[in-house]
Amino acid sequence: MNGWTSALRRGIGSLRKVSVFQWFLFVLMTLLAMFMLLPIVYLFNHALKPFYELFLYPPTFIARNPTIQNFIDLVVVTQSSVVPMTRYLFNSFVASFLVVLTSCLFSVLCAYPLSKHKFPGKGIIFSGIIISLMFAPEMVGIPRYFVISQLGIINTYWGHVLPLVAMPVGVFLMKQFIDQIPNELLEASKVEGAREHMIFLKIVIPLCMPALATTAILSFQSAWSTDETSTLFMENETMKTLPFFVNTLTNQLANNVANQGAAAAAALLLFIPNFIIFLLLQRKVITTMMHSGIK
Amino acid sequence: MSNEASGAVPHPLARRKQKIVLLTPFIQTIKRHWLSYLFIAPFLITFILFIVVPTIAAIGLSFTYFNAIEAPKFVGWLNYRNLLTQDMVFWKYAIPNTFKFAVIVGPLGYIAGFMLAWLISQLPAKIRVFYTLALYTPSMTAGVAMAVVWLIVFSGDRLGYLNSFLLEIGIIDQAQLWTQDPKYLMNVMILVTLWGSMGVGFLALLAGIQNVDTQLYEAGKIDGIRNRLQEIWYITIPAMKPQMLFGAVMAVVGTLKAGQISVQLSGANPSPQYSGHLLINHIDDYGFIRYEMGYASTISVVLLVLTYIVSRICWKLFGSKEE
Repeated sequence: MNGWTSALRRGIGSLRKVSVFQWFLFVLMTLLAMFMLLPIVYLFNHALKPFYELFLYPPTFIARNPTIQNFIDLVVVTQSSVVPMTRYLFNSFVASFLVVLTSCLFSVLCAYPLSKHKFPGKGIIFSGIIISLMFAPEMVGIPRYFVISQLGIINTYWGHVLPLVAMPVGVFLMKQFIDQIPNELLEASKVEGAREHMIFLKIVIPLCMPALATTAILSFQSAWSTDETSTLFMENETMKTLPFFVNTLTNQLANNVANQGAAAAAALLLFIPNFIIFLLLQRKVITTMMHSGIK
Repeated sequence: MSNEASGAVPHPLARRKQKIVLLTPFIQTIKRHWLSYLFIAPFLITFILFIVVPTIAAIGLSFTYFNAIEAPKFVGWLNYRNLLTQDMVFWKYAIPNTFKFAVIVGPLGYIAGFMLAWLISQLPAKIRVFYTLALYTPSMTAGVAMAVVWLIVFSGDRLGYLNSFLLEIGIIDQAQLWTQDPKYLMNVMILVTLWGSMGVGFLALLAGIQNVDTQLYEAGKIDGIRNRLQEIWYITIPAMKPQMLFGAVMAVVGTLKAGQISVQLSGANPSPQYSGHLLINHIDDYGFIRYEMGYASTISVVLLVLTYIVSRICWKLFGSKEE
């Protein structure tokens, strides 16, 4: 907390030395930032509103009597049904965790030789990755289903994890990042007798932590909020994830307000992990992006 | 047998040896680079399994009639012919809607992303973080969470925020069905998507701008650059071409692959009177509602080709000279 206030004070302190243009900009950007955040603030408040406040007319924005009743409802309501909400939550956590872990590992493993080794087929592989960067995986959802069913991983965690593991963006960002590591450094350690796997573990991985952080954020976001794997590859209700569950709550929401409280609470649950992860890693993200242009 | 004879007609064993000799460079390269291949293998296997194979399979399926129950029947170019000549929904709704959506959201989101990134970079470094976070946050809520937020704003009864607000100030005299009325759905989709479009591309642009060498600006001042607009045009943009390209490609792909948004907002696929029907919805419609997988694959292939072409154009516009 202290760190935040002192950062803010320093921020305000540095504002004294700024021009009129910057003041104008400051006000403008603050208004815009507030506008962009409005729906998020609203989401928080909506999730905390007691039942009667959800249906007030005129509608209120800020919750007057915040309560966690919606969250309790969310858990209680589903407790009596076949699959409790906690099960969806658990599935989501397991699947996302595995996706982040494997996709980061696979991406950096693939990016290192692409950047620093010379071997036949490298050009083809890299241009394949670049091209796939342009394609949306959603477009090939149908054949993907057949691959998954041929592999026999329908209704297993594999079905949640494997389709999301290959992240061309991750490899691409990481490759550009590893390109920045001077070759001399790697050669020097080779002269000292370090083996490839030692170089990889002791030099490459620590140096590309920012890129790893970015990939982790991106893969977490895609894994945490996708309901595609649940709708397509999971027939068993107990194997589906939280986004799918929220979808079932919100599907008929277009023109009614019933269930809104629980839906907002569930949506907040979906949003918060994303937000926390970005908050923790965002400084590293910007560092990555500096080095990650297509060169 | 003399030595000469064995020279003219090689011994079978020698011939096999020759074959092995021909193969050895191949084996040797594999052996020499086995470590590189080992490093790449995990990614490459999943990449091939879940991206390359499905893409090739989609192309293959697009030449078949396939209902997901019987085995696919080869029909040649029939699907393509039908798509190009008979599919009224495709020509009347999916294509125009996708183009309208992409042309507005893509460039607008991209330009807005660049401008916002530039404006943020003009602020004192210490407070940039807060603005970055504020602008990036909406893209994190993309997907289901977004539906909850926006559906209540655009809710069709007087409890919806927009309706309530507009009724209050007297612009409308009865509640509008924002997400069900074909008149509004597309605009609502565009608005919501733009709000959430400051994603990875935006971060790349922001980093690119911050990464431009400040000496370039000083040199520019000496060379006669007077205002900030000139500075952006002559120095900032050329210096961050790679990030501009990355952002552009992300924007293009993002808009062409959008489709869930209309379903989330209107709660139905196809959306009312096809007003929010995008190519992805068309694919979903045929693939997962009518189970005409072959035809759905044809549409996917057309979309793939379309995305590729547009991406190549971006590459030409922003790509560096060596490409």
